[in-house]
Amino acid sequence: MSRLVGSDPPAGPARILLRPARGWNALRLGELWEYHEVVLVLVWRDIKVRYAQAALGLAWAVLQPVASMIVLSVIFGRLARVPSDGLPYAAFALTGLLPWQLFQNGVQRSSLSLVQNANLLTRVYFPRLSLPLAAVLGTLVDFVIAALVLAGLLAWYDWTPAPERLVWVPALAALAVLNTLGIGLWLSALNVRYRDVQHTLPFLLQLALLASPIAYSANLIPEGGWRTLYGLNPMVGVIQGFRWALLGGPAAGSLLAISAVVGSLLLVSGLYYFRRVEWSFADRL
Amino acid sequence: MAAVALRVRDLGKHYLIEPSTSRSHTLKDSLWRAARSALSLRKAARGGRWDLWALRHVSFELEPGTVLGVIGRNGAGKSTLLKILARVTDPSEGEGEFFGRVGALLQVGTGFHHDLSGRDNILLSGAILGMPRAEILRRFDEIVAFAGVEAFLETPVRHYSSGMYMRLAFAVAAHLDSDILLVDEVLAVGDAEFQRRCLGKMDEVARTGRTVVFVSHNLAAVLRLTHRALVLDGGRTALLAPTGEAVAHYLDQHSAAGGERLWPNPEGTHSQAPFAPLALRVRDESGAIVGAVRAHRPFSVEVDYLLRSPVHGFRVGIRFQTTGGDEAFTSFDSDAKADDPPDGVRPPGRFRSRCTVPGGLLNEGHFLFGLQARGWRRGLFTDEHALAIRVEPGGPEGLWTDHRPGPFRPLLAWQVEADDGQEAR
Repeated sequence: MSRLVGSDPPAGPARILLRPARGWNALRLGELWEYHEVVLVLVWRDIKVRYAQAALGLAWAVLQPVASMIVLSVIFGRLARVPSDGLPYAAFALTGLLPWQLFQNGVQRSSLSLVQNANLLTRVYFPRLSLPLAAVLGTLVDFVIAALVLAGLLAWYDWTPAPERLVWVPALAALAVLNTLGIGLWLSALNVRYRDVQHTLPFLLQLALLASPIAYSANLIPEGGWRTLYGLNPMVGVIQGFRWALLGGPAAGSLLAISAVVGSLLLVSGLYYFRRVEWSFADRL
Repeated sequence: MAAVALRVRDLGKHYLIEPSTSRSHTLKDSLWRAARSALSLRKAARGGRWDLWALRHVSFELEPGTVLGVIGRNGAGKSTLLKILARVTDPSEGEGEFFGRVGALLQVGTGFHHDLSGRDNILLSGAILGMPRAEILRRFDEIVAFAGVEAFLETPVRHYSSGMYMRLAFAVAAHLDSDILLVDEVLAVGDAEFQRRCLGKMDEVARTGRTVVFVSHNLAAVLRLTHRALVLDGGRTALLAPTGEAVAHYLDQHSAAGGERLWPNPEGTHSQAPFAPLALRVRDESGAIVGAVRAHRPFSVEVDYLLRSPVHGFRVGIRFQTTGGDEAFTSFDSDAKADDPPDGVRPPGRFRSRCTVPGGLLNEGHFLFGLQARGWRRGLFTDEHALAIRVEPGGPEGLWTDHRPGPFRPLLAWQVEADDGQEAR
């Protein structure tokens, strides 16, 4: 994309420079901030369209995690008797679903964000990063609603999370967002060129669900090399972290560290890849 | 301080055209291609692709407050230029510089979402077009009043009539308060009343000293609104000059076609449209096809066309427009048969309608011929720019040398008498 190269001293008008952009480009996250109103209005539009038009409205954001929790509890908790680190299975499952659904919805929506907004991309300029970013931020609404449901469930179990662990929840949520955004950036940019992405994505997310400790505990995986390999799925550490913070589950230190490293790598590489190919979006859509 | 609002140097846009029908190739294709070229089963596949420069070597500079028109035929690179300026697509070479906030109107209704209400869409579209939220809120009532949709603010725009939708979309765009405004053919949509309002608003924008780049097929609008015009031809700059001169140049290119416009043969196409134009020609008295006529000599205009099915009240008309944007007159082939019932049926077949324009009617200058075909209460075909001709000064040598304004210069029956009753001469 053409770039915005700084501005003149405050008095002068903004100077915008157009020129061919090829190769690796600066991330220019500052420009993203200049356009934060566009990002916010895109988030608002997605939420409004998603919920205002659906017959059940915001109830969907409650139904999705609750229904998944019930199915998991019956099949894995009751019938298969999968061990849940000694925690009540329903709370165990819902705590895992909380970050997982943020990840799943965020990856899904951000991957489609460029293709679905082709009419904007070909008509008006704004930093292209705004679209996948807005898609991921939009899922935070569902996340907050699901968190309230979880709070209700914990209250029903008469369980109060330890305050010194509870304070870590925002950081864990931020790590989940970071993972989601990193993968979303890669997939959204790839999907412009290879539409295969959007066709295979539901399948890949299903595999990822099985490869994440939602229905079972990460402690089922043998310690050592296997568990480290398992931890390369960046949501593993996040999910175990949520259980540690909210339910007093086992510590997830090393898994969390792997998550943070993998997630950061995904985000940084995703940003650079996105910026490298974004000049071609308008011509390919 | 900035004496320049917008400067572009040597701008170019290159496309690699691929013969395959699908533009988004699949991952499989790419893997195959990579594998094949790695194994050199085929030479690194560039086969069948060709280069296209949609735009090349375009340079210009605009002072603040200039209104630039961009004209050219379809495919001349007008939209490509505007997309590059709007930063929607990237130039392949060259560079551009803007000093100030840039607003782009490449489409009526950018950012609109059909499921959202009129109110929501004003906020949404305004923000996406680059208006700060505070400004949208400040001008909200003004926008609503301009669009005239007060009663439907809470209604999803998918229930709007197309006229209301267009008005609201334009109202948002028209209140975009940027220093440099890029406008593409926005005026080509909507009914005559809507276009009139749009032009009025554009006039207002142009007068407030903002820099505007305006791409349009509507020469009348370009002439009315712009100071300078860029003529593009095949992606290159044909001319950059004051608008009158540029439009005249563009029209000369048109009439250099020799006073004849041919449409592709409609036989064999599966079109069901009852009317298909075949040719439009201008002939001088001797019957030769000409691109320029003398003002004092008569000339004729003929239209060849195909009617595929019987049409009630069929008529073909020529609309004369000056390049100053003024309507001169419109004449229909039914005018001569005013006694016929207006809903008589014209059978299918090939026809030629022709008329003679008397000498000593049109003033010198360029004229645009619009072609239209109508049935009983419905339009069948319109081409506002079917052809252009040049009317050259004529008359007895040495007499008509001064330039007179206006589309007409009729030869009136003047009589000059000495008035002996009053002051003696």
